[in-house]
Amino acid sequence: MTVTTVNPPRFAKRRRARLPFTVQLALFWLLAMVICALFVDLLRPYPITQMNLSTRLAPPGTPGHWLGTDELGRDVLSRLIQSVRSSLVIAFGATLLSAFFGTLLGFMAAKFRGVVEHVVVMLADFQAALPFLIMSLAVLAFFGSSMLLLVCLMGFYGWERYARITRGLAISASAQGYAAAVVQLGAKPSRVYLRHILPNVASTLIVSMTLTFPEIILMESSLSFLGLGVQPPDTSLGNMVGFGREYLTTAPWIMLSPAVVIVLTTLAISLAGDWLRDRLDPTL
Amino acid sequence: MSPLLEARDLVRIYQTRRGLLGRPSNVRAVDGVSLKVRRGETLGVVGESGSGKSSLGRMLLGIDTAQGGAVYTNGKAMPVFGSPEWRSLRARIQMIYQDPLAALDRRISVAEQLREPLDIHRIGDSESRMARVHEVMLSVGLRLDQADKFPHELSGGQRQRVVIARALMTEPELLVCDEPVSALDVSIQAQVVNLLADLQHDRGLGMVFISHDLKVVRNLCDRVAVMYLGRIVEEGPADTIFSDPQHPYTQALVSSVPQPGRALKSRIILQGEPPNPGNRPPGCAFHPRCHKAEDICRHTVPETRSAGVECRAACHFAGHASLRELA
Amino acid sequence: MIRFVTSRLFRAGLTVLSVMTFAFVVLRMSGDPAQVLLGPDVPQNVVQDFRDRWGLDDPIWRQYLSYLQAMMQGDFGLSMRDRSPAIDLVMQRIPATLQLTIPALILQLAFGIPAGIYAALKQGTLADRSVIVAAIVGFTVPSFVMGLLLVLIFAVTLGALPSGGASSWQHAILPVLTMSIGGIGVLARFSRSAMIEVMGAPYIRTASAKGVSWSDVVRNHALPNAAVPIVTIVGFMVGSLIAGAIIVETIFSWPGMGRLLIVSVTNRDLAVVQCILLLVAAVMVVSNLTVDLLYGWLDPRLRQTTSAH
Repeated sequence: MTVTTVNPPRFAKRRRARLPFTVQLALFWLLAMVICALFVDLLRPYPITQMNLSTRLAPPGTPGHWLGTDELGRDVLSRLIQSVRSSLVIAFGATLLSAFFGTLLGFMAAKFRGVVEHVVVMLADFQAALPFLIMSLAVLAFFGSSMLLLVCLMGFYGWERYARITRGLAISASAQGYAAAVVQLGAKPSRVYLRHILPNVASTLIVSMTLTFPEIILMESSLSFLGLGVQPPDTSLGNMVGFGREYLTTAPWIMLSPAVVIVLTTLAISLAGDWLRDRLDPTL
Repeated sequence: MSPLLEARDLVRIYQTRRGLLGRPSNVRAVDGVSLKVRRGETLGVVGESGSGKSSLGRMLLGIDTAQGGAVYTNGKAMPVFGSPEWRSLRARIQMIYQDPLAALDRRISVAEQLREPLDIHRIGDSESRMARVHEVMLSVGLRLDQADKFPHELSGGQRQRVVIARALMTEPELLVCDEPVSALDVSIQAQVVNLLADLQHDRGLGMVFISHDLKVVRNLCDRVAVMYLGRIVEEGPADTIFSDPQHPYTQALVSSVPQPGRALKSRIILQGEPPNPGNRPPGCAFHPRCHKAEDICRHTVPETRSAGVECRAACHFAGHASLRELA
Repeated sequence: MIRFVTSRLFRAGLTVLSVMTFAFVVLRMSGDPAQVLLGPDVPQNVVQDFRDRWGLDDPIWRQYLSYLQAMMQGDFGLSMRDRSPAIDLVMQRIPATLQLTIPALILQLAFGIPAGIYAALKQGTLADRSVIVAAIVGFTVPSFVMGLLLVLIFAVTLGALPSGGASSWQHAILPVLTMSIGGIGVLARFSRSAMIEVMGAPYIRTASAKGVSWSDVVRNHALPNAAVPIVTIVGFMVGSLIAGAIIVETIFSWPGMGRLLIVSVTNRDLAVVQCILLLVAAVMVVSNLTVDLLYGWLDPRLRQTTSAH
């Protein structure tokens, strides 16, 4: 008895709630991060490479260096703001790339079926057979690391999710539905896919992007942590944690502040994404 | 003058296989169907589910390619599906769907959906397109204030009117309607059928009306083709088919339509299992359910023969029966 | 069923081949191994000798074919640093990696699944909420942050456990914890939602309505049906464990395959990187295949439909 009664009321309550407090907090945090990324030059108190050997390893709370300084006397807060920008830019660019290619491949599989579909499935199998971190490590080490390559590489993350979704929805729409009806009106495939199917799957795609985005942030941070992502003098969140690791015993703040930002950002996106999913597409 | 639409010996075979490496087996969904639709004429295609009537409709529209035989419109062969010629032919051949909600893009307003065929075929400028949208909306009985509504804000009958209006935008010569009223409430069915009848009458449309509902077909159609397991078993003028059916299957179907003044017990109740296209009986496909079946039916496929004025039927006993009754 | 298995085996083989091709293309085309390994100041005849031995002057398709042939014979080439077979180098490191991944997988299964199922049965209680919070933590805290936090707490502050190395079993505690915490959270969250979905299904309501006792409903109807999606996610966990091993071994200076990969990648030691790539791919393909077969065994409906695609 207990079993059957718990589920529906909880769902209903969650759907009706306008904007839960946690989601408000999450959105507020994300807004702050985006502002950091947009106005780096105004917000940053010091240039990120400015060293001051007289104030090396200053603890948080030191006047002028509210989050402390690192082993070379560089301001942690300034580097943190810069890092937020790098990580967000990479994750944002990569999410768009992966959504674009995934959707394209999904549509192609749905349109042409047959061989094309088999090739897409094979690519997805391939992606599933290699942990993404390992594949990226190999590629980055051998092509050298650059911002552009990093974005492109991260752009391969999660494409199969979009491809699976768009393929399924496009096939069902073309089999019997509005898409088939528009074809029957004499529309070209470009009109059918871009004007009709794409807007209809857009909300599902956006929800998927909120799933992929934090995962890409984590993937980029992991690579940078291993020293194979963003390279000095540029800085990113993972890269700060990686270098801060050397000073774990003497100056844990170097590593802790970027770590907290990573965790809070992925948490905020997940919360906002869950909420968005409940609103837009409860089936996912 | 060549007929508006002509089909000759159409064949459509579906391959089904169990599993990736399974042995494929063929299902002949449509098996040698020939028919003609003249300008301004309505042809009803009647049959149970699985009789191949929807497959036939898709072939007549050129959505599915015929594996045998050919479709001609105005004497010209049907272009390949998706080719520019096929697409431009859509301005003259249109379709009405069973489920109007599924056939409409639920993100786009009624007016935009209606304007789309004109956009696609580049007919007129934006002003004349809007004028045409309003004109057609009124002619199918929609109100102009419904132009900005979305499909889910309309009732089932109104949605079907939108679908009909969209099909009429380019002033086609031929409409193929696949079960256009079976998803609607009975009370609304009559309105939509009347609308179709009026449009057909006013505009001289040719129409193929696919349905399992004999009442509707009887009200709307000039001629009727009865399908059973992929073949036309009887075809003729609607009046003749309903008053003097030749094929036992048609007789059973006609007798199942309740009519005032006729006792229910004169109904012919079909025996046996409903037809399965994957497992077609030898001889006359209808023989396992036929109350007249004799030995010949079990091994010889009946030829389609003439049975009265403009009538043809595929039964060994067609023609004889009516003669016997006359005598 | 045989047909299902053969089609899966065929796909698995195809996947392994595509990974081999990927490894070959990326690693060979990205640079000249001779130049990288020998440096710019080496005499020409030494470079030529090296190129001949590695077949680097052959056309690329010859290199590819001889590469595939070598793979078939289990010859993954020599490590360019110390001229020992790459496969031996990798094999030496595998036990160390298994010492971390196997206990971590066991911990994940032993805690994640029961916690998720328990939370699903006690929806809305404190226990349920803790599982949800733990799952969110598991998802949002990356393993390198988790590892460093554990070091900060248990090694630096408390001084209770060693922060790196592999000389005793105590050294394995923090790495194994780091690898399992995230997975426990993910698995708990997934098991919870799978179980909740199953408990809402009509056949569960039917069984309860028939008067079957609650524990029998859970044991005989809910659990077997929830097992299907849970098995799928376990397949994914294997991949994230392998990826996690790379980071965890780096943090804790654990002499496993992950560290070897990072070192080889930094030194551009082609043979070793290829060997590890293919080994990981093989493990993943085998685990995905196992999941697929388990799936077919747990849910007979899927045998027909999945093989049709």
